[in-house]
Amino acid sequence: MSMQRPMVEVRGARKSFGAVDVLKGIGLSVDRGQIVAIIGPSGSGKSTLLRSINHLETLNDGEVWLDGVQVNQPLHGQAFERHINRVRQQMGMVFQHFNLFPHLTVIENITMGPVILKGMAKAEARTLALGLLSKVGLADKIDAYPSRLSGGQKQRVAIARALAMQPKVMLFDEATSALDPELVDEVNAVMKQLAAEHMTMLIVTHEMRFAGEVADRVLFMDGGVVVEEGPPGEIFRTPRKERTRTFLKKYLSA
Amino acid sequence: MQGLDFTVVAPYWDLLLIGAWWTSVLTVSAGVLSFAFGILFAVIVLYAPAILAYPVRALMWVFMGTPLLLQLFLIYFGLVQVGIDIPALAAGIIGLGLHFAVYNADVIRAGIVAVDAGQTEGARSIGFGKWRTLRYVVIPQAIRNTAPPIGSNLIALLKESSIVSVIGIAELVHSAQLAISETFRPFEFYITAAALYYILNLVLEAALHRFERHVEVSR
Repeated sequence: MSMQRPMVEVRGARKSFGAVDVLKGIGLSVDRGQIVAIIGPSGSGKSTLLRSINHLETLNDGEVWLDGVQVNQPLHGQAFERHINRVRQQMGMVFQHFNLFPHLTVIENITMGPVILKGMAKAEARTLALGLLSKVGLADKIDAYPSRLSGGQKQRVAIARALAMQPKVMLFDEATSALDPELVDEVNAVMKQLAAEHMTMLIVTHEMRFAGEVADRVLFMDGGVVVEEGPPGEIFRTPRKERTRTFLKKYLSA
Repeated sequence: MQGLDFTVVAPYWDLLLIGAWWTSVLTVSAGVLSFAFGILFAVIVLYAPAILAYPVRALMWVFMGTPLLLQLFLIYFGLVQVGIDIPALAAGIIGLGLHFAVYNADVIRAGIVAVDAGQTEGARSIGFGKWRTLRYVVIPQAIRNTAPPIGSNLIALLKESSIVSVIGIAELVHSAQLAISETFRPFEFYITAAALYYILNLVLEAALHRFERHVEVSR
């Protein structure tokens, strides 16, 4: 496994918003099929790191690689635009606030990417979308508009939309943070199913229990650096660093 | 004092209906133009490089800051002097269309800016480029959200289209005036023309209402 080239690799990532250094030199390597959970307090830079991988944030310094291709290539203008659009098609991103397209039905949300970007035939895209909707348990909602769905349903559609592009990796940016507690499990169940299918996943989350269940590796970030990383059992039960212990104690007692 | 007698309208009914027809043609053509250019101007002002955005902004300012009547005179009578001879109907459609495009552009621009940034991120994360994100995600939502004011502009356009009678387009007011010049019965013909405008307005409002209800489904 370690001889393979990593699916996602981040080297020396630095990012600042004005005077605030959000990422202070982050390195990260995720193997094919591996699931990495990123935890840490608000403002630790974990979302920024995830968004940088998809180039929704532009790093000030450092490199991001996806399956041997540099994401933040030093190209300019239209050339970079073409490059990043191609790369993004291979990465699925799931947002805290779903970002479904409200003017389109569920199935249109899902087929839009494959049809417009990959030139897939509409019938084929529809079959693909129906399969994905059954997988996330929403086959009965194909013609509904997002406004008619619960938060958990919206997020499952958003996951299906990302999967429709057949991505190499899925990035989850606090996918359950905006959900009512009783809706969290239905989204987590879908993510666990993806994990069982060996989808490569990076999961930014506040849910320690879920991270412990699903992740192969947990990264604890604070103040723009990776403080500690390791298997979930190690990070949650026997953390080596004081900052990790303090964070987990505060989190688990809250 | 002359009594009112609406039977004088009967022989001119065809003329008035033809006038109403041309008013409809003007409204639909200029309406389509004002919508298309409204989107185009809004996108240019928001996203195009300064070399394109500034001239469009200047054009918008001119169309918003001067009377429609003057704009029509300039297009129809003025441009001939520089060798651009536009037929009256085309001049009327262009004048009305551009005039209302500017108002639509203002509304649509606000609508585009109001679309949540998450929508753009959602589209970009799938791999949509800037232009496709605008075309498939942002602009459709901006149009839906601004449908009521765009509709009001279209209704205003229908009524304001009467002004092109001054450059000799045989629309409804022009037809009424023609009938009046033969019969000397201004009251009957103006009232009849007003009633016809009102009916056209009802039809337009019903169409707009249908569209808005269609849009409501996705809310």
